[in-house]
Amino acid sequence: MRKGSKVKKLLFRVMVLWAILLSVPAFAESNTAEGSLENMTNFTQGLDTVWVLLGAFLVFFMQAGFGMVEAGFIRAKNTCNILTKNFLDFCMASLGFFIIGYALMFGDGNGFAGVKGWCLFGLEPTANGIPLYAFWLFQAAFCGAAATIVAGGMAERMRFPAYLIYSFLISAFIYPIVGHWIWGGGWLSKMGFADFAGSTVVHTVGGFAALVGTSMLKPREGKYAVDGKPNVLAGHNIPLASLGVFILWFGWFGFNAGSTLSVGDGSLIGRIAINTNLAAAIGGIVAMATVWKRFGKPDLSMAMNGALAGLVAITAPCAYVEPWAALVIGATAGYIVIRGVELLDKLQIDDPVGAFPVHGICGVWGTLCIGIFGKTSLGLANNGFVYGGNPMQLGIQMVGSVSTIAFVVVSMSIVFKLIDLTVGLRIGREEELRGLDIGEHGMEAYGGFQIFSTM
Amino acid sequence: MKLVVAYIQPHKLKDVKHALYKAQVYKMSVTNAMGCGEQHGYEESYRGIKFEVNLLKKVRLEIAVNQDFVEQTVNAIVEGARTGEIGDGKIFVLDLAECVRIRTGERGKKAIG
Repeated sequence: MRKGSKVKKLLFRVMVLWAILLSVPAFAESNTAEGSLENMTNFTQGLDTVWVLLGAFLVFFMQAGFGMVEAGFIRAKNTCNILTKNFLDFCMASLGFFIIGYALMFGDGNGFAGVKGWCLFGLEPTANGIPLYAFWLFQAAFCGAAATIVAGGMAERMRFPAYLIYSFLISAFIYPIVGHWIWGGGWLSKMGFADFAGSTVVHTVGGFAALVGTSMLKPREGKYAVDGKPNVLAGHNIPLASLGVFILWFGWFGFNAGSTLSVGDGSLIGRIAINTNLAAAIGGIVAMATVWKRFGKPDLSMAMNGALAGLVAITAPCAYVEPWAALVIGATAGYIVIRGVELLDKLQIDDPVGAFPVHGICGVWGTLCIGIFGKTSLGLANNGFVYGGNPMQLGIQMVGSVSTIAFVVVSMSIVFKLIDLTVGLRIGREEELRGLDIGEHGMEAYGGFQIFSTM
Repeated sequence: MKLVVAYIQPHKLKDVKHALYKAQVYKMSVTNAMGCGEQHGYEESYRGIKFEVNLLKKVRLEIAVNQDFVEQTVNAIVEGARTGEIGDGKIFVLDLAECVRIRTGERGKKAIG
């Protein structure tokens, strides 16, 4: 036994020596100044590419998070349906963003939209210092996230074909156009509008699209009593929803820190990671405390919504603020989301998973927070309001939020109206009561279990 | 005293409950049941293969009522559960020998309340 390990050690040493000897000529060859510079550039680009791809993979994994959250927060009889929507919308978004979306978002064009690079044809092989294909994948994952937010808001009553059409249209046209304004060199970015990782581009777009959709669909059967009082249509699997929130939180590190598109010396991605985590954590705490105080019990589903709200709000300012500001931003978002859920119930707008309060309201709040807590020393054009009372950046952020909301509300109203007139937006009452799993897909999520649609 | 037993479509429970409330019948027991009648079943498909689901999900209602409430209870269930399609269900009305309210020990008509 002992002898064997000695031999192994010896063998290892010989191998190391051999490797060093082999690498000496390689070093010698590239030891000219020009060669090492080129190596260094290659190395940096390689590192950045790995970083961005890692981010893309994490953001892709968030798709699973959205799926689990939405499935957990709705009733068992609609589970297959919501998961099919979550699954297919990423497929549709990949396609739409490849054929049309990327060109509209990042192609050369005017302030409103890009017009070059359909199917990525005729574009430079690198974009933002990394290979085009890696950059595309990262952006496509974001596009999928914007599309899938809407599934939750319109859950349990939207027709499946309508959803397929919608998901292609938002990822091919609506998301990329807003994206072009902000990230593709469009009019908002020229104005100095800042949205580091997408509180506006992804979350405001998805959240307000969900609001338009869910108010057009009308509430689920039995959600509101005749006198307007909201009924509980409780989610069927809280463990699944919790897993989804953890996956989203995990994926968000890729969403925010990956948006640097480079590793640099690591200080920026470090700051973004800590800000992201702090905002989520305190969002969860504040939401739990709020709901505890208002309704008497620490409701897990609301606490989780609070963590997600913190994450959405910190998405835009994550690079431009100090950790203390991240705490303030996350805490306020955790409170806002609870009041947002209550407000929707008061207005009788039925949003089964809270897609609008989390993504819409907190997306806008996060965007405005740049104008309040952002710092020029951290890379922002103007100091935020708390540093010297300059309202400039806050004003720009407001213009960006308002114009994005206006564009999304108008364009999504048209999209959903057209879908409603052609294929129909909402399923029939009988099918809704029986469940979309059997009606739309002819299969059940929990085969062999006795789940009765008694609600 | 009668016991009204009804087998209805699960997704009609909401409407039946509503109709019963309107008829001032507020007491009922509801259980899940599997069953088949003339409806035969429906088709599901799994990975491309179709199969028939024969025993269907039903909901069983049990309502104990005094004689003078039988008619409106039955009518309310019919009103709530009827679609006119096969599978709407059946109602059975049985004689009830005794009824005891556990809390007070009351028996008979009084116990049904």
